[in-house]
Amino acid sequence: MRLFNISIIGLLFLVACGNNKSADKTLPIYGEREPVTKTIDGKTVTDTVYHTIPEFKFVNQYGAEVTEKSLDNDIYVADFFFTTCPSICPIMHRNMLTVYQEFKNTPDVKILSHTIDPNHDSVAVLKKYADNLGITGNSWWFLQGPKETTYKLAESYLVSVAEDKNAAGGLVHAGYFILVDKQKRIRGTYDGTKPEDTQKLIADIKTLQAEYKNNKTI
Amino acid sequence: MKFKIIAVLLSFIGIMAYSCQSEEKIEFMRYYSSGQELYKSHCQNCHGQNGEGLAALIPPLTDAAYLKQNRSQLACYVKNGLKLPILVNGKAYNGQMPPATLAPVEIAQVLTYVQNSFGNKAGLHNVDQVNTELGKCE
Repeated sequence: MRLFNISIIGLLFLVACGNNKSADKTLPIYGEREPVTKTIDGKTVTDTVYHTIPEFKFVNQYGAEVTEKSLDNDIYVADFFFTTCPSICPIMHRNMLTVYQEFKNTPDVKILSHTIDPNHDSVAVLKKYADNLGITGNSWWFLQGPKETTYKLAESYLVSVAEDKNAAGGLVHAGYFILVDKQKRIRGTYDGTKPEDTQKLIADIKTLQAEYKNNKTI
Repeated sequence: MKFKIIAVLLSFIGIMAYSCQSEEKIEFMRYYSSGQELYKSHCQNCHGQNGEGLAALIPPLTDAAYLKQNRSQLACYVKNGLKLPILVNGKAYNGQMPPATLAPVEIAQVLTYVQNSFGNKAGLHNVDQVNTELGKCE
């Protein structure tokens, strides 16, 4: 039985590696889309407009302002949490820590963790939390802002996991990691409580980096 | 004849001793495996699958000396939560652990699991001990 399990895991690795190697792989683009027909130089061109993350303004753990413009040239991962959360948050950030370790020296990959309890999670509390987690530099930001603003933004992030909308506590509490590309389009959602989903996220970030490197995503 | 009786008696005592020992072992295993399930559902999210904790936020459960020193307090920590700063593996942890809604026997099971996993080997922590300890919580 054990041998069987190991061989299955081995097989999964093989499959995963096979996917990584194919340079042509691109990630899907999630959310609603609409065709827009424009006339350019007398020719009719139809373009697709994708769902993108709207403007926002928050404060990070260093007290600095962070807006959508702060991420103009970045691939980033977003999640929602609060520092006193005893249930799924520790396991999410244990998993997110592996994403941080993998990309902390990659300048165009960032992590954004939005607190949904801004009354308790002040900038000072978030800084202490980040310190205790061992986070330095500017690759993982812990963001604070008005609760309504955070929830509104969350709706925009979570459109692609709509099937769980009636889950207990709402989607914001469901522990998702959301992958966003440099055009602020959603490219993947992952269950942040599962190590295997976290490995897929790391692989997908690399796929996305390769897309930009090969100039396939414009 | 005398020799035969002694031999029978000796083997009888031997069997009794053996069955007592294995009953103790069975009790330990029963506590341990129930404790493992309770650990998964009540403790693992924070303390991790291998009792590793989380950075400087959540203490690990690998400090055998801490567990030994505080053995009689552990049941109270699980039942009532823990607020004070504590020193584990020489590092200070300032957060707080929420109280767990567990029955005394479940507390005994999970304590037996934790104290015999992650490199710890402190033996059975039974429900009688837990009940006595809970009566003396500060």
